[in-house]
Amino acid sequence: MTVKACILTGYGINADIELTTAFKMAGAEAQRVHINDLIENPALLDEFHIAGFAGGFSFGDHLGSGLVYSHLFKKNLKAQLDKFVADGKIIIGICNGFQVLVKMGVLPNTKGDWTQEVSLIHNDSGLFQDQWVKVKYNQNSNCIWTQGLAEADLPIRHGEGKFITDNDEIKSYIVENNLGAIVYDGNPNGSELDIAGITDTTGRILGLMPHPEAFIYPQNHPKWHRTKSDKIDGIKLFENGVNYIKANFK
Amino acid sequence: MRIEVFYKNHNIDGRSKRLLSSLKTLVSPKVEDAAIADVYLTDFKDLTDKAAISIFSDNVAQRTLINDFVAGTNFLEDWNFAFEITYKPGVTDPVALTARKAIELETGKKLDRETRVQTARLFLIKTKILSPAELTALNKFLHNELIQVSTIINKKEWQDGARFPMIYDGKVAESSTEVQEIEIKELSDGDLVRLSKEMLLALTIDEMLAIKGYYAREDIQAVRAKNNLPLEPTDIELEMIAQTWSEHCKHKILNATINYHDGEHQETIKSLFKEYVKQTTDELAATRTYLRSVFHDDSGVIQFDEENLVCFKVETHNSPSALDPYGGSITGIVGVNRDIIGTGRGARPIFNTNVLCFGDPDTDPDSIPKGLLHPKQVMSGVHHGIIDGGNQSGIPVVAGAFIFDDSYVGKPLVFCGTGGIIPAKIHGKDAWVKTIEKGDNVVMLGGRIGKDGIHGATFSSLALDETSPTSAVQIGDPITQKKVLDFLMEARDKNLYKGGTDNGAGGLSSSLGELAEDSGGIKIELDKAPLKYAGLAPWQILVSESQERMSICVGDDTIEEFLALSKKRDVESNVIGKFTDSGFVELFYEEKMVGNLELEFLHKGLPEMKLKAVWDAPIRPEVKIEEKTSYNEDLCALLSDSTIASKEPLVRQYDHEVQAQSIVKPFVGEKADAPADGAVVKPVPTSNRGLTVTHGLAQRYSDLDAYSMAACGVDEAFRAHIALGGNPEIASALDNFCWPDPVKSETTPDGEYKLAQLVRACKGLKDTCLKYGIPLISGKDSMKNDANLAGKKVSVRPTLLISLMGIIDDVTKSMTTDFKKEGNLIYILGKTNGELGGTSYEKVSNTLYPNVPQLNADEALDLYKKLNKAITSEIVETTHDLADGGLAVALAESVLGSRIGATIDISQLTADSQLQELEILFCETPSRFIVEVAPQNKVAFEQALAGSYFAEIGKIAKNDKLVINNASKVIVDVTMNEIEKAWKKFEGTKESK
Repeated sequence: MTVKACILTGYGINADIELTTAFKMAGAEAQRVHINDLIENPALLDEFHIAGFAGGFSFGDHLGSGLVYSHLFKKNLKAQLDKFVADGKIIIGICNGFQVLVKMGVLPNTKGDWTQEVSLIHNDSGLFQDQWVKVKYNQNSNCIWTQGLAEADLPIRHGEGKFITDNDEIKSYIVENNLGAIVYDGNPNGSELDIAGITDTTGRILGLMPHPEAFIYPQNHPKWHRTKSDKIDGIKLFENGVNYIKANFK
Repeated sequence: MRIEVFYKNHNIDGRSKRLLSSLKTLVSPKVEDAAIADVYLTDFKDLTDKAAISIFSDNVAQRTLINDFVAGTNFLEDWNFAFEITYKPGVTDPVALTARKAIELETGKKLDRETRVQTARLFLIKTKILSPAELTALNKFLHNELIQVSTIINKKEWQDGARFPMIYDGKVAESSTEVQEIEIKELSDGDLVRLSKEMLLALTIDEMLAIKGYYAREDIQAVRAKNNLPLEPTDIELEMIAQTWSEHCKHKILNATINYHDGEHQETIKSLFKEYVKQTTDELAATRTYLRSVFHDDSGVIQFDEENLVCFKVETHNSPSALDPYGGSITGIVGVNRDIIGTGRGARPIFNTNVLCFGDPDTDPDSIPKGLLHPKQVMSGVHHGIIDGGNQSGIPVVAGAFIFDDSYVGKPLVFCGTGGIIPAKIHGKDAWVKTIEKGDNVVMLGGRIGKDGIHGATFSSLALDETSPTSAVQIGDPITQKKVLDFLMEARDKNLYKGGTDNGAGGLSSSLGELAEDSGGIKIELDKAPLKYAGLAPWQILVSESQERMSICVGDDTIEEFLALSKKRDVESNVIGKFTDSGFVELFYEEKMVGNLELEFLHKGLPEMKLKAVWDAPIRPEVKIEEKTSYNEDLCALLSDSTIASKEPLVRQYDHEVQAQSIVKPFVGEKADAPADGAVVKPVPTSNRGLTVTHGLAQRYSDLDAYSMAACGVDEAFRAHIALGGNPEIASALDNFCWPDPVKSETTPDGEYKLAQLVRACKGLKDTCLKYGIPLISGKDSMKNDANLAGKKVSVRPTLLISLMGIIDDVTKSMTTDFKKEGNLIYILGKTNGELGGTSYEKVSNTLYPNVPQLNADEALDLYKKLNKAITSEIVETTHDLADGGLAVALAESVLGSRIGATIDISQLTADSQLQELEILFCETPSRFIVEVAPQNKVAFEQALAGSYFAEIGKIAKNDKLVINNASKVIVDVTMNEIEKAWKKFEGTKESK
């Protein structure tokens, strides 16, 4: 079957081309779709199995990272995305995409009503940071994107990646239900629970700050010239997504 | 309505933590705490409190107050000072533009131009008692008075009822839209010069006379009479001529006729640009068949592979960065991005570069002339502008440098570069060709026009002084531009337009004046261009440098579809004229002709400059070099030198891997903290063919001979390309000259020498590029890098930046500088000649040496080809080119990258060269490398290099240090920690705002 991925673009999203490449390398048919085209024709989303919210600086992150894009999406496409999820389809949000999902309440969405429960705020350093980090995948998480994966080296590139929860209740919920699908090994930004990425209760929606779509060739790894290793940690997440769709859709 | 948004607890805000630490170190240790709130102000009536909270705040992390003040809460209870910073009227505020858009989204209503949406930032500061000077310093730290206004309320005033406003007053003063007639017919030469100065035209007497002559022509008078134009020029015509003829746009000095004297030798150079720069490329064109478009488009274009072209352009933004470092650099970077977008049928930017040159960070603040900023302030602002400009645009900064030099204290040099990619064919047509025809529509798209940046092009052609116009400063808005880029790429692939160009220096006047040459004329309706606010005179609309705008040529057949797609992508596009073949630029305002200039005169009527250059080689006395017992201190001093030292904390604030093409990153090695020689990127996912991006710059060599400065600059960029594994047959370069004024005058008595330096630099550039087979594909020059302030003249060292983009056939064979494996052998390649003149060692030792490094390009090229063969045969593990600080610094860097260690013996070098230890360790003879070779490849490697100079000088050893011996004498013995500490000592990295 053809697995189809919709990669959202527009208004300052800028990591959409490489996310499209990554999904193609993982075996999907991936297409960049401007959010305004989706707003004009929401049913377009039905043609896809995967929605990818790529990284970037939507609306310059001017009023807060991902904030305006999340309003734009939620105001126009909430019902369509609810249907998408109800149909058993899957979503990934990376960096700015993660910030968008969090701010519109799609992650972690424990009550199912799109209330914002967590946030991603300015790093402890107060700076934009570009560096590679080691992450560990939560072995008890039901996230379909991270199944079978143990750890990865991935780049982070953000100024607002510090994960915080609204209150202790939601914090405990995340811990108890293993929603913290990806954690940093060595916390780069002050995130609570060392969280680098979270999933929702269905396990089909993943948001993460590190950029798997920027590790799609072995040579992307900063130590490749020392190790000459042929592993490509980034692609595996996308392969998991594509394989999940293949197994669950006809 | 006033909306204040702040974190629910100021301690979780990384920004305020960073602010506090900067204030403590840069302003006063008395500062105890700091907190930040974002403020939005609007007089839009239909915004409810609920909607405002929803738009502006993240309810998990933040709190919001409407028409109330966080200063009156316990957010930071015992604050002493509240500072609120807002932009002056008319300054671009990208956040306010987004806020406006967000309000429209939420309310579903369109805000008209008169409705105000403003932003401000509130700082609450808790501090022990500050002196008036400290308070001033604090206020200065928090804002740039050129573009922002600060309102300060202290605790006492607050308690007495002082409050910040609900909206800021003030708007941009309206100019008359009447077109003025300027009388020149009867003016004397002196009055013409005065007029040029008064109107900020920056034109010389010869140029003013040429203009006078144009208006006296009978045929021109007839055309003017027919069009009901006055026989004297209109203001808009003079402004357009001045902009077109500015040094910035016409490169008058590089095109001047120069009488060059070198002792007995004399020669006449018709144009340095034509005879040296362009001639180089012309001579190489027969063998370099990959050249596509050079010197005439917005950037230089070459073939990358069968399906793709790549292009590269580097600009300088020195004058704006001197006044407003943030605005100057952000407009520099987004401006050069637009050059790529405007190349051919429209290329997509894939990488940025920046080489930033500042005065020494340790400069005594009291020595900075009034009106100039301290190098640290300049650096901080420029750095921040590059961060925002690059990161928000999604274009990785892959390569560059921070250079510190006392001569840059007057004007910083801010070189911003961008590379792009474009399919070789678009709908079957060559993508590097623009086809503009009579009848095509002139479309301006992107941002709106305001009074920002008026006279930027003419201003940058003058020396800085107290009267420098602040209106020449602008702020960039990368997000508006990103929307433009996305839209244009989509429109390009749908074949909806024919080509375009960027609106940069000179605004519409420059972009349309250039495009008009293709069809042979243009008609512009200035009132059709959208304005930011009312009250711009027609000439201001024409020359405004408001950012984020492109001028695009769209045929009648696709114009409807083009405009419809533009609307759908939320990009403002307006048809503002038609291309014609009239031979004239016809300017209209509200259907009345306000200007009419012959294209031929506009572009070719500029009188040629005639200049004299006299070369008088500086002579320095010999210096006796004493042998030392240890060179540890010298090595560590070099590693800590502001130019050589690590800038990692600054560079990591740039996104250098967005677009996922990064193969060799700015920092390499075991802990990813050792320097790379340049960048390798892989622009096409399905191919391992890659690009190298490197730089060469050796401005200190100009003190002795600008010929060597240029030759060694080319060599540095090329050998870095070779060191990365690049193909020696495919490398293209860009030349960016930044010179002190080389025209002899009262204020520049040494103009003839400075011009001779320019001639010699061009000779060095041409000779070296021809030898290496490196075509020059684009370039730029900036010729007035002087500052005259308070009677003190500060001129930059003559500086030529070489930016190189090369091909590496297979990125999986790219090389890095970090030593890889214990037991492997270390070689030095290339002869060492001991020159210390102009070197980094000269700088740190504060001693003047007589001999400047000399390039032997024939030997070098032979070596480069052999080394490349060895690299592609995979018998080399590591390469590092020897640059600033010479052999010892390069070894220390490779050792640091390895986190293993090395033991070196230079006795063979001493024997071969008959040089002193100090010369071998620190001289900067060009064309040298250190390489690592596995023992099993020793024979093959030495065979591959046979005929070139090489010497095996040591081994990678697990000793966690760098030991350099001269036979039995230990001359350097530094531990890994000492190397790291010295190399990461640079204080400037800790103080960026």
